[in-house]
Amino acid sequence: MSGATLSARVVVRRIGFYVFVGLVTAFFALPMLWLVTAPFSARPGFSVDWPDFTLANFTSLTENTDALPSLYNSAVLSLWTMAVTVTAAALAAYALSRVRIPGRDGLLYLLLLLSSVITGTAAMVPIFQLMFTLRLLDKDVGVILVLTGGLLPAAIFILKDFMDGMPRSYEESARVFGAGPLQVLGHVVLPNVRPGLATIAVWAVVQVWGNFLMPFLLYRSPEKQPAAVTLNTFYTQGGQPNLALISTFSLLYSIPVVIMFLFVSRRYGFRFHGGVKA
Amino acid sequence: MARTTSAPVDAPAIRTPAADAADASGLGRRRALTFVAPALLLIAVFLVLPALWTLYLGLTNYRLTGLEAANPEVVGTANYSSALKDPEFHDALGRTLLFVFGSAVIGQNLLGFALAWSLRSVRRWVRTAVEAVVLVAWILPGAVVAWLWIAFLEDQGGTLNAILHTPGSDWWFDHPMGALIVFNIWRGTAFSMMLFAAALSSVPPSQLEAARLAGASGWRQLRDVVIPSIRGHILTNTLLISLWTFNDFTPYLITKGEPHGASAVLPVYIYLTALPGERLGFASAISLIMLLINLVLALMYVGVLRRRPA
Repeated sequence: MSGATLSARVVVRRIGFYVFVGLVTAFFALPMLWLVTAPFSARPGFSVDWPDFTLANFTSLTENTDALPSLYNSAVLSLWTMAVTVTAAALAAYALSRVRIPGRDGLLYLLLLLSSVITGTAAMVPIFQLMFTLRLLDKDVGVILVLTGGLLPAAIFILKDFMDGMPRSYEESARVFGAGPLQVLGHVVLPNVRPGLATIAVWAVVQVWGNFLMPFLLYRSPEKQPAAVTLNTFYTQGGQPNLALISTFSLLYSIPVVIMFLFVSRRYGFRFHGGVKA
Repeated sequence: MARTTSAPVDAPAIRTPAADAADASGLGRRRALTFVAPALLLIAVFLVLPALWTLYLGLTNYRLTGLEAANPEVVGTANYSSALKDPEFHDALGRTLLFVFGSAVIGQNLLGFALAWSLRSVRRWVRTAVEAVVLVAWILPGAVVAWLWIAFLEDQGGTLNAILHTPGSDWWFDHPMGALIVFNIWRGTAFSMMLFAAALSSVPPSQLEAARLAGASGWRQLRDVVIPSIRGHILTNTLLISLWTFNDFTPYLITKGEPHGASAVLPVYIYLTALPGERLGFASAISLIMLLINLVLALMYVGVLRRRPA
């Protein structure tokens, strides 16, 4: 008897467990359905319906004067910020990993502290003021430098971790053959920390690709805006959101991020680096 | 702070025997400083300087246009005292605390842990599928998830109303903060889930086994074995997700602070005050308060991190 009630209880618990997992999964999946149905719907609304499959929305997207150029702007912004961040961070991380500069550990923790304290939202007013004063408003270089400044501390912190993990004997043997410091860095160190560089590069691109506030704040001309900002400007002449354009553009704009994330997690696994969203 | 600001130059290898012992790379202290300089310079100008500038701006009556734009006057601590007395600021701060506490400290923490705990015992493909769905919510760009949630909670035709059979319920209008909290749980739980999954895999199975053999129920195992051994992770996680939620600007993309400021969390309030409102001095004073709150959270985080080397 007690065996039967026990197993009944186990069954009930098992069912309850799967109901919980199912409900939670539904909670996460349901808001995303619109992103996969609306772009293929002939007359997309806010509802999720089985679409009367059409690719017309993608055709009209290519005809929109802002849509594709803003994706290009996003790519330019992301790649430049990534390039500056990775270069500056790799140089700094290498030096900090190999040479005892006085106060190094304190500096590293200070950097980590700064990057989490001085966020774009908390510092938007002075950042706007600074760029206004430097006459860098509405210029790509201004946005790139501000974004780089925000990403660098975490990038240095993570890359130094990778560099610390690399045996010093590699560099010693390269030096025995007469390689200079920059040669050692370029031919020995950087190839060895490639996973770290790739992580930082993808992380930087994803951060910039998704960033709304900084371009929104620092660009004045609509044609310079990246996709994150342009996505909020698709309205019909009647002032209603143009849902065909919004949903289709959202899908196109999201795909690169998802692909990059898959690439990193497949290749290098999901890791935590001092709480950086990587 | 390095004094040298020149770019690193390709110099021939000069061996400095004195530095060699501690310096396998043969960089030397001077070249090391040159390597660090570009990064530090960028951080100093575009990250640290703005934070310091907040201090000054908050003391002025700076505005974007008009007389005060050309000649901002130092008004001393007037901005700070009026911010601290301002009921709108109080409301925004209260909403932000509710937002952080409800969606991060409670919501993401509990749901993230529940997911990590339950997904240990399901089949591999179920686990991969559920984790993937939760992760996608986290990695999609903010501008996209804003539209997804506008559509999801739309009063006419939104998916939620279709499921609940409550057509016409305008969630973003009637319950803006509740909706934002649910939204942010959806948005950010992935991080807590992954962090707790990693933490749980480090709990020694032998301890759990011992507890199970001693007849401890699932809850007792959680309370007596699991929670104590991942306490550090819970603290780290809570601090990080609080910090991120506190600084999240996505609410602006969904509600723009509407209706009538009822969903204006602190970042949105600062933006609305500074740019459309053109009160830069006042907004700077609030920014400084926000920076100080960030500082407290981040100091606690770094403190935890230093005590418990990963």
